Amino acid sequence: MSPATLTPAEVELEEPVREEVPKHERPWIVIVWNDPINLMSYVTFVFQKLFGYSREKATKLMLQVHNEGKAVVSGGAREKAELDVARLHAHGLWATMRQD
Amino acid sequence: MLVPRAIERTRDGDFELRLSDGERDLLRTLSDELLALLADDPDDPSLRRLRPSAYEDDEEAEGEYRSLMQAELEEGRREALRMFGETASRKRLTAVELDAWLRALTDLRLALGTRLDVSEDTYAQDIDPRDPAAYELSVFAYLSWLQEQAVEAALD
Repeated sequence: MSPATLTPAEVELEEPVREEVPKHERPWIVIVWNDPINLMSYVTFVFQKLFGYSREKATKLMLQVHNEGKAVVSGGAREKAELDVARLHAHGLWATMRQD
Repeated sequence: MLVPRAIERTRDGDFELRLSDGERDLLRTLSDELLALLADDPDDPSLRRLRPSAYEDDEEAEGEYRSLMQAELEEGRREALRMFGETASRKRLTAVELDAWLRALTDLRLALGTRLDVSEDTYAQDIDPRDPAAYELSVFAYLSWLQEQAVEAALD
């Protein structure tokens, strides 16, 4: 798409739509909560395996869960968030989802 | 003294298991016990952490999530535990079997850890042999060590 083809009128039409995203279309976030049983190394491993995160990113998220009690690990449309939560549950992690 | 790793990735891409017969018996027994508990007493409080809620405060959405996912999650859990028990006597594991071990060890630690009310302090404390929970605490510590070995091998 070439920006040069956009007329100002088209741009104005687009703006308000973005601000009034209806509730059911707002993205969902997936949260992993700290628990005293799952090992830090295992939690890092699960983030790498399920989401394809690098060792650095997975470690950073694991430490956030450990130190702050929770971390947002993924998100998106409701169906995607629900699937991510289910995959985390299948691996024994304490995961929940909520609308951003 | 250099202790050889209990689980190690081989050049062929599978995993060598170095465990004693006693350890292998213990793992089989634990997997059988958890499978029996899941079948006979699925509402046992020690299984609470195996099934967390997806929605914190939306009962309707949570009900939908459970009706959609619960059966598949439970079947996956039983499959991993069965594979873990069946391969406990092996010398080598495939990548798929190691994955089942990781999930089975997680569920065993979640169930036992919940029953023992494990906290982050538990790991730093020595086990008092007079403690009535000493045996279960030892098993929990052993499973934690084995899980760590399995994760290291998987990431190797």
